[in-house]
Amino acid sequence: MKKITKILIIVSSLAMITAFFTPIWMIDLEAPQYPEGLGMQIWINRITGDLNTINGLNHYIGMKKIEPDSIKELSIMPYILAFLIAVGAVTGIAGKKKMLGVFVILFTIVGITGGIDFYLWEYDYGHDLDPTAAIVVPGMSYQPPLIGSKQLLNFVAHSYPDTGGWVVIGAGILAVMLYIYELKFNKQFTAKESAK
Amino acid sequence: MKFHVKNFAKRMISQKTSSSIIPFITAGFILAITFSVMLLSGCGKKDGSTNLNMSEDAANKVYVEPGKYDEFYSFISGGFSGQMAVYGLPSGRLFRVIPVFSVDPEKGWGYTEETKPMLMTSHGFIPWDDSHHSELSMTDGVPNGKWIFINGNNTPRLARIDLKTFRTAEILEIPNSAGNHSSPFTTENSEYVVCGTRFSIPMKELDVPIDSYREKFNGTVSFVKVNPESGNMNVEFQIMTPPFDYDLSHAGKGPSHDWFFFSCYNTEEAFTLLEVNASQKDKDFIMAVNWKKAEQYLKEGKAKDVASEYYHNVYDESKHSASSEVLKTVKMLDPKDCPDMIYYIPCPKSPHGADVDPSGEYIVGGGKLATVIPVFSFSKMLKAIETKQFDGDVAGIPVIKYEAALHGEVQKPGLGPLHTEFDDKGFAYTSMFVSSEVVKWNVKTLEVVDRAASFYSVGHIMIPGGDSKKPYGKYLVVMNKITKDRFLPTGPELTQSAQLYDISGEKMKLLLDFPTIGEPHYAQACPADLIMKNSVKIFKLDENKHPDAIKTVNDARVERKGNEVHVYVGMVRSHFTPDNIEGIKVGDKVFFHVTNMEQDWDIPHGFAVKGNNTAEMLIMPGETQTITWEPKVATVYPFYCTDFCSALHQEMQGYIRVQPANSSGEIKFSLGVKK
Repeated sequence: MKKITKILIIVSSLAMITAFFTPIWMIDLEAPQYPEGLGMQIWINRITGDLNTINGLNHYIGMKKIEPDSIKELSIMPYILAFLIAVGAVTGIAGKKKMLGVFVILFTIVGITGGIDFYLWEYDYGHDLDPTAAIVVPGMSYQPPLIGSKQLLNFVAHSYPDTGGWVVIGAGILAVMLYIYELKFNKQFTAKESAK
Repeated sequence: MKFHVKNFAKRMISQKTSSSIIPFITAGFILAITFSVMLLSGCGKKDGSTNLNMSEDAANKVYVEPGKYDEFYSFISGGFSGQMAVYGLPSGRLFRVIPVFSVDPEKGWGYTEETKPMLMTSHGFIPWDDSHHSELSMTDGVPNGKWIFINGNNTPRLARIDLKTFRTAEILEIPNSAGNHSSPFTTENSEYVVCGTRFSIPMKELDVPIDSYREKFNGTVSFVKVNPESGNMNVEFQIMTPPFDYDLSHAGKGPSHDWFFFSCYNTEEAFTLLEVNASQKDKDFIMAVNWKKAEQYLKEGKAKDVASEYYHNVYDESKHSASSEVLKTVKMLDPKDCPDMIYYIPCPKSPHGADVDPSGEYIVGGGKLATVIPVFSFSKMLKAIETKQFDGDVAGIPVIKYEAALHGEVQKPGLGPLHTEFDDKGFAYTSMFVSSEVVKWNVKTLEVVDRAASFYSVGHIMIPGGDSKKPYGKYLVVMNKITKDRFLPTGPELTQSAQLYDISGEKMKLLLDFPTIGEPHYAQACPADLIMKNSVKIFKLDENKHPDAIKTVNDARVERKGNEVHVYVGMVRSHFTPDNIEGIKVGDKVFFHVTNMEQDWDIPHGFAVKGNNTAEMLIMPGETQTITWEPKVATVYPFYCTDFCSALHQEMQGYIRVQPANSSGEIKFSLGVKK
């Protein structure tokens, strides 16, 4: 691995520490009655924002209460991310191309698993509705988009990565690009390396 | 049928033989028409209506686009309503009526267990007062947006309103006082808020003949200290004065920082038919009090402890409850023991306003029966004191020679000068009650430069910051005493009326009439951003320390304690927990401790029970309030939310079963029983 690759992998891995101090994902709800905004921020280990208000509104449609204490992912995610950062840092220090491959695969698995998990979580909240709720719109579910914006009754729901999320995504993309770079454009170096 | 002037004139003239007078007749007609046009247009201006261009201009100046904010908050006293109202300027839109001294059954103010102590006095529970003047708290002589003070004129009280919540936070009864009129004016850093007596009363011996007025009656001025952090008020000291009627006051500024100026009338010491007997002397007084000196005498122990019972009521925002403390003594300074503390300055005639210009050098007396506006000079006053230019004394208080303290008089200002405010360009504006106008004059040269009619009989006037060191000389609000034909009539009792003038130019321009509550006496205004950024949106449920609050619906319950039943209710859109209650009996006293568990901006809930003799309550998010109910007939009573809270507001209701006194029904309560 080139020196630049090593540095970038170490730096981007360490940059992911940001995700311990800033929210990873945000869901914003937009409606005329909420000029001040309404939203929640998903952090690595907690959920903040207008949870009470959102839970209050959700009870009309029979949605379960969002209770951060009962969401297992929030207790697991810090370890997964810490592991990922450690692997990234070690990869950078070791400078082994194979290790970089492992890191990229790990990262991709974490990313895809995270996405699927989040989708399922959203699906569950959006579909598992109390049939005796005050407002029942036949055929209507209230699953926010995985990423993007969607109209849900009187609200437009926006779901996007937040600061920490952007850093992690950036680090992931960078890792993939660096791996491709190392495979395609740094064969010579690889030969040298393997010759040693 | 059209009327042709020319034809008519010709016909008239043709009957005459000489045609040489035709030009004269024609000229006469033209003149007459010209005159009547001038008269008509003159009338138009006289009643305050303006021509189209002027109206458009005025409309633009007071128009605040939908969704946009006013530039200033203004706080106009509610007079005999006992409350204070908040308006936006320049639009004149009413935002809120803050209950202060009077009960407000809509909000539960004075009816809930939490707010009842606020209206306690040594005379018991007083459900109303007459609130005259408002004054914003200040730092360095400029409003700081923290609190606003307002006086209770009838049962002498002083209230402090917290501008984070726009609620009354504290009410202090003033002992040895009657008619707390010259209040609640404050010193430059709100070190003190003053209270001066409009009525003198007997203080040592209480049961005395009225005609012993001169011997046995006294006035007082009280200096109420304000804690700069908490805002809490206490009567630091009172000064015993001769039995005059203290009307208004203002603190000095800058060089005159240490002084307070009170106007007084009835120096004749009349106790009957005051309209005649108190209007005999050419000059009454402005009383100048050196409060720094008074502080010093207080420290030296010159004050006597005077026994007097008075109430101090404080609302604790974390407990959402008020409590009353009964105080038993007050420190009284007697001017006889305190030389150089008080001086009288003669002031023509029966003065109302005692107003200090932004520089602190000029003190303007508004002698409502005077033909001039006297302007006193603070530096001349000090010099007069130094050189002892006195005109005798009143009860040991030196009277400074009128000319020695006088900067000059504004000549022929109008009739009935009452009250003066200032702009930032060296001009003063004085209201003229009798001639119903505002007169603008130059503080230094004392020349009248403009006058504008008011509709009708203006009392106080207000310029945002106009009694502070930094006036915002953009608008002038006049508060009128008579409304007559200004608005659509509403029977014999009409709305109260205020008017807004543009004073940014050389000439005052009438922009707007707007109705107000009660009788608007005095007002204050300050830039909106000084206050709006601190405005509280909700009370945090986690921080609710009310002993009867419930934090989760699991704590909702009903408990019997003898004849008292305590119902702990939680409210969340759109139901009460519990909403079915049984086991209450006729003869019980029910306490509903209701917590609004919402944590969302502008989601209050109301609470109302059929046939409740107390009131309803409006409960803000995160707040707990308690109302009592004593049902008299055994039946089922509905209760419901009165503040439209959600799409299911109409469903936010419940039932309470009341059984006969001798029934054996046990307390039961529930929510959402599953079938």
